[in-house]
Amino acid sequence: MDRLDARVPQISPHRPFRESLATFGALARSGFQRYITYRQATIAGSFTNIVFGFLRCYVLLAVAAGADGGRPAGYDAAQLTTFVWVGQGLLTVVALWGWTELADRIRSGEVTADLLRPVHPVIGYLAPDLGRAGHAMLFRFVPPVVVGLIFFDPYLPGRWFTGPLFAVSVLLAVVGSMGVRFLVNATAYWLHDARGPLILWTLAAGVLAGLYFPLRFLPDWLAVTLWVATPFPGFLQTPLDVLIERDPPPVQVALVGLQACWAVALLALCALVQRRAERRLVAQGG
Amino acid sequence: MGELRAYAALLGAQWRSLLSYRASFLVEMVTNIGATALDVVAVFVIFRATRTVAGFTLPEAVLIVSLSSCAFNLADFTVGNIDRLKTYVRTGLMDAVLVRPLGALAQLVLMDLPFRKALRLVLAVGVLLVALRLNAIEWTPARVLLALVVPLAGAVFFGAIFVLSASLAFWWVDSGDLGSAFTYGGRDFTAYPVPVYAGWFRTLFAYGLGFGFVSYQPALALLGRADPLGLPAWAGFVSPLVALVAAALAALVWRAGVRHYRSTGS
Repeated sequence: MDRLDARVPQISPHRPFRESLATFGALARSGFQRYITYRQATIAGSFTNIVFGFLRCYVLLAVAAGADGGRPAGYDAAQLTTFVWVGQGLLTVVALWGWTELADRIRSGEVTADLLRPVHPVIGYLAPDLGRAGHAMLFRFVPPVVVGLIFFDPYLPGRWFTGPLFAVSVLLAVVGSMGVRFLVNATAYWLHDARGPLILWTLAAGVLAGLYFPLRFLPDWLAVTLWVATPFPGFLQTPLDVLIERDPPPVQVALVGLQACWAVALLALCALVQRRAERRLVAQGG
Repeated sequence: MGELRAYAALLGAQWRSLLSYRASFLVEMVTNIGATALDVVAVFVIFRATRTVAGFTLPEAVLIVSLSSCAFNLADFTVGNIDRLKTYVRTGLMDAVLVRPLGALAQLVLMDLPFRKALRLVLAVGVLLVALRLNAIEWTPARVLLALVVPLAGAVFFGAIFVLSASLAFWWVDSGDLGSAFTYGGRDFTAYPVPVYAGWFRTLFAYGLGFGFVSYQPALALLGRADPLGLPAWAGFVSPLVALVAAALAALVWRAGVRHYRSTGS
């Protein structure tokens, strides 16, 4: 205590870092709890993920069967199986689709309430989103993966560090995807109706993240460009490639590093856009 | 006559509301074309990795995906909006639909006719025409008729699937994305030759639910190719029949659903 003031010394001294961490944790917990209440939608969504898992898995297995040497783009059949089923599980965790909350709040004007809160709006959306992702990891990730294990013969990772690296990669994928979703939704500050950008994002995210086909099926120059110049591969393709050990260890780690760079850049951009948007919102009169 | 005017007014209102968000509408329209192009591009990308998929070459696969794409997009354009039914049921907006002296199904469709999806259909038809040229088809009167009828029959079939999966909301309000497994899932299933799939999953989707008759069997009939799975050649010509059965079933379920509906609104 190097500062003197009139306050009674507290047992737990004022620690801004710890308190903001506590706030962050509380927000994340609330995000988790909110999704716990959507029980039936969770079951329905898992069913749909599983049906698409069967569809995509059979197509990629047919590709593997027809390709020279049975290894299209360097994946074997077991790796492609894991790619599909874990991809179906991750889909909801990284939430590529269907998040329009911020856009809706902007359109209705409710977003002004976010500005009254003593939390930065970007953090105010990021923390509950991590809670949501935690819920999805428990309840939406597991069912497709289990079904894939029962009906197919998926690849199981062999390197000891693949598991932890996959966990980090998924976390970065969630942060990155939340960043882009925030930006897409924030276009509503300028357009009022963000439906166009949202549907563009839905389309781009699916293709460029590697949901419809592994990005390595594309010509090399295109795949590399996508990886470096856009954040999209980081949402699905990178975590999946890390898990199925498509590359030697140094490349595995480098891909996650690339994801981290994109996550930081996107959050910074969110903060910038939010600052601009707040001025814009005042101009509208709320 | 008055009824027709009412429908026209609904449609006109839709059009005006679209024009008030012009930038967003344009982006949406372009993206929708992209979505259809993507279904076809995905097939090309798949064929970059392999020369044949389950014994089918690229031109044959493009024919199958384009038949599926035409059927799906025509259905999606006309009745695809019905999948919003769950929102209407949950919010009680369905009450407002039912008290009006117009057909519930027609109103729901016209409440949000997706003009943005119109260009998709044009693109899908274009790809089909190219696919028909790419394959060396021996044209007979029966095959010409088949090529004309199949996209329409497929659209009726997908329309029935849209109505059926939307009707689920009458009994299970929180059904969420469940319907997509059959609408969009059906589109993805019909985009590839049926021998790609295997086991009970193939039996269920291709024959149990009838998706095999949307694009795969008719494509075989057009190409004059024997079915590796052993169905006779006339199987390609029954797709209109399958579509009619599906439509009849959908009509029954829809009526039962509307009768079953209990408002949730207050």
